[in-house]
Amino acid sequence: MNVVEVKKDIYSVGAVDWNVRSFHGYSTNSGATYNAYLIMDEKITLIDTVKAPFAKELLDRIREIVEPEKIDYIISNHVEMDHSGALPQVVKAAPNATVITSDPNGMKGLSAHYGKEIKYQTVKAGDTLEIGKRTLTFVATPMLHWPDNMVTYCPEDKILFSNDAFGQHYASNMRFDTQVNLDDVYREAKKYYANILMPYGAQARKALEIVKGLDMEVIAPSHGVIWTEHIGDILEKYEEFAGGGTKKKACIVYDSMWHSTEKMAFAVVEGFSKAGVGAHLYDLKDNHISDIMTDLLDAEYIAVGSPTLNSQMMPTVAGFLCYMKGLAPKKRKAIAFGSYGWGGQSIKQVYEALEGMGCQMLLDPIRQMYIPTDEDLKQVEETITSIIE
Amino acid sequence: MKKYICEPCGYEYDPEVGDPDGGIEPGTPFEDLPEDWICPVCGLGKDVFIEA
Repeated sequence: MNVVEVKKDIYSVGAVDWNVRSFHGYSTNSGATYNAYLIMDEKITLIDTVKAPFAKELLDRIREIVEPEKIDYIISNHVEMDHSGALPQVVKAAPNATVITSDPNGMKGLSAHYGKEIKYQTVKAGDTLEIGKRTLTFVATPMLHWPDNMVTYCPEDKILFSNDAFGQHYASNMRFDTQVNLDDVYREAKKYYANILMPYGAQARKALEIVKGLDMEVIAPSHGVIWTEHIGDILEKYEEFAGGGTKKKACIVYDSMWHSTEKMAFAVVEGFSKAGVGAHLYDLKDNHISDIMTDLLDAEYIAVGSPTLNSQMMPTVAGFLCYMKGLAPKKRKAIAFGSYGWGGQSIKQVYEALEGMGCQMLLDPIRQMYIPTDEDLKQVEETITSIIE
Repeated sequence: MKKYICEPCGYEYDPEVGDPDGGIEPGTPFEDLPEDWICPVCGLGKDVFIEA
């Protein structure tokens, strides 16, 4: 199997998941990779593993370089199973290896997943591990995006093994930023940040300060391509993402039963258009919530519409709002709208959900009984235009 | 005023900073936080906090 040398004696040995289209509910239209890195030093060190079904692919790639039984250390930067799932199989193939994990949360997580029989060694922020010519340093990155997360820095080779940070769900047989279409990669990096890291902006800002202080020639994440020539660009993008700033643009998100709420959604878009503000329309039947959140990462405005179904908002809209609440975008300006037959409870429910997330509500709920007339729609359009600053 | 750490996620509550996003004014001691106050990072309650 193909193995790629990242730097002298450091190899990319992970797996490519070409066909995954849902990563615990996040739509991965470009597939994914689970990156692992093998350092051939006096102590042979593997950094992270892969998702369990790809254990053979990982071990086969390692065998191209060395027999797995010779591995001395396995560094687990993150407990989540896309990185640790193959650990039991790797430990079986490398019975002398010690698994390095963060204290206390990495240890707690790994032993809860794989039992206490594995030989573990815990490390704290700033601890180092000498593996021969190289001394690896561990940098704690708690809640980016689990409590256990850490990253590993190799000063001799100026490589940061950044785990999920700077990652992208992007399948490719090419391993470097210089070998792929960067627009695709940046789009996936933004989607990754929006859907995985968005709630932890404060932690991300703190971690970025530490990372920027490191002398780096390579950032080797655990998903997607390795950053070399474009380290400055991806750091700049992360500063932007973590900064939480917004652009003057709007996401209009809705579901509709008989097209009335949909007509209102179009009118909302037209209102933004007249105000000269870019808007994107998302029918929840046709758009994935993880794509919408990617757009919402830096959108100043959010408008959410739902008809009333059995006294409730549509389940699709409830699902979107629940997802949005968890990802916790800050300081957005919001509008709730919808059509109904008799009760009309949904519009207030949407309004309260957005308000509960800390959104600044720009208008009272826009309610439409049954079908909006052209005049009603014009009214919606004009109202929207009038409130945009 | 003592700082407290959310044991599961590592968030540190600094009374001098408070938790403005959670409606907690700077200068609020940990003991005076409302019982339903939650960690702004991981959402767990006061009971999982330990002294820093």
